[in-house]
Amino acid sequence: MSKQTLIPVGPFHPLQEEPELFKLYCEGEIVKDVKWETGYNHRGIEKLSEKKSYDEVFFLVERICGICSTSHPFAFANSVEEIAGVEVPNRAKYIRSIIAELERIHSHLLWVGLAGHFLGYNTVFMWAWKYREPVLDLFEMITGNRNSYAMFKVGGVRRDIENAKIAAIQEVLSLVKKKTDLLVGAVMDDPVIHARTKGVGILTREDILNFAAVGPTARASGVDVDVRRDDPYAAYPLVNWKVITAGAGDVFAKAEVRLLEMYESVSIIEQCLEGLRKEKEGDIDVKVKHIPPGYGTGHAEAPRGEVFHFVVSDGSNSPARHKIRAPSYTNISTFKKSCVGQSISDATISLAAVDPCYCCTERLAVAIDHRSGKRIMNAKEIIEHSALLTKKLLKHA
Amino acid sequence: MVIDNLKDTFPKEIVGTEIRNDRRATFTIDPSALVAISRYLHYERGYRFIIASALHTRKGFEIYYHFSLDQTGLILNLHVILDSEQPEVESLSNMFEATNWIEREMHELFGINFLNHPNLDELLSEGNWAKGVYPYRKDFSSKGEAST
Repeated sequence: MSKQTLIPVGPFHPLQEEPELFKLYCEGEIVKDVKWETGYNHRGIEKLSEKKSYDEVFFLVERICGICSTSHPFAFANSVEEIAGVEVPNRAKYIRSIIAELERIHSHLLWVGLAGHFLGYNTVFMWAWKYREPVLDLFEMITGNRNSYAMFKVGGVRRDIENAKIAAIQEVLSLVKKKTDLLVGAVMDDPVIHARTKGVGILTREDILNFAAVGPTARASGVDVDVRRDDPYAAYPLVNWKVITAGAGDVFAKAEVRLLEMYESVSIIEQCLEGLRKEKEGDIDVKVKHIPPGYGTGHAEAPRGEVFHFVVSDGSNSPARHKIRAPSYTNISTFKKSCVGQSISDATISLAAVDPCYCCTERLAVAIDHRSGKRIMNAKEIIEHSALLTKKLLKHA
Repeated sequence: MVIDNLKDTFPKEIVGTEIRNDRRATFTIDPSALVAISRYLHYERGYRFIIASALHTRKGFEIYYHFSLDQTGLILNLHVILDSEQPEVESLSNMFEATNWIEREMHELFGINFLNHPNLDELLSEGNWAKGVYPYRKDFSSKGEAST
């Protein structure tokens, strides 16, 4: 066996917006194996959820991920409403779908920008992030927050989108559509992007099924899976739209799926806004007094793929068990396949192509004494502990 | 109907059935039949493995393996109940990669042993966690004192 060199990417690396360590084992330029270490982002959300009331859990799960902060409350609402057998009013369904689709638009714009950045095409990065801003401003207008919107609750939504605001939303949508045209032109017709992304990081249909990958990662490999259509929820069965798929399975196909999905999202929101006009203002929730014992499975299609929540209720005011599966949890495992055999310079874009979200993937954190296994650290002790670790690292450097 | 087929194929192994509607079904199965039924679902019926959820309850340890038949929106749960003292069950990782991480996670957080798993090292808390302390068990107090 020839000599292998270890190239670490992370845990803190300029190419990654979150901490995660990828170890690329290379022979010359070619990546022969990839291993990774998780665990830099644990917060113990599944355990914390068991201590919170159903109302509070929404605020908790919203903080699993800053980018797709509606998909987790969405899936949680779906699972709790399944336990309680609640049907939410149509107006709430439309509002839920509008928020989720706006989120998809801003998340895909964020990814397109980052992918451009990874390839050294910073114009795309700046364009995409510039045109993401009006979407975030729109969120602020509708929900009061640019992120973590706090819109969901069991039985409906917390805030109405008044009909008077519809025109302003439509204005932003027409801007998004125009700018998506621009980005599609900049990405799909650019010979350099073709050269850097076509045939790179290929995942076959079999790989997708083996790793159970979901979302645009799966759809780019021809696996036609989308929870919004397969297990319809909220307003998705009430509007016309189509699932975007591509066949090549490479990085270019993933970009193509995401870019074209933005058009579908705009179309879904436009139809939902029309739907809102037909429903009575203020009819946005039903009262749910009690969550009976039982269990419920709820999923929602996040920008990165299916978010899955499993909630067990014992009839009390808190979940007895709350399991959360974010899409990156299965998508990240595909690196084993997509990076191996590629050159190092292609590995980074292959890693980025699934739009990995590490804070979604890891949800555990309880600080405990290393030796006795007994005590939890307080905030001050955690800071001291991390300072100690930094000192240790500096010594080895 | 897919669900009826499963009951006919594994009449002895399925010990309990709960079909809520045409999109939600749960089968409580004998843990020794887990691999065979999972193989049947994944390879012969085209089910996608979503995730597995472990629970610590009065019955012992329970695992729900969630599968999805995407074209129909059906979520099928395979439910196994494991011994409370020595929870162990055969690993599915040798069949498909998708279960690799979640089995490691359940091993780490609940102390459930997965037989023949290729690598049961800690997934989340490598080197930062006391051995033999399982934070997601119900007897783990949030103050950090494991009561056992």
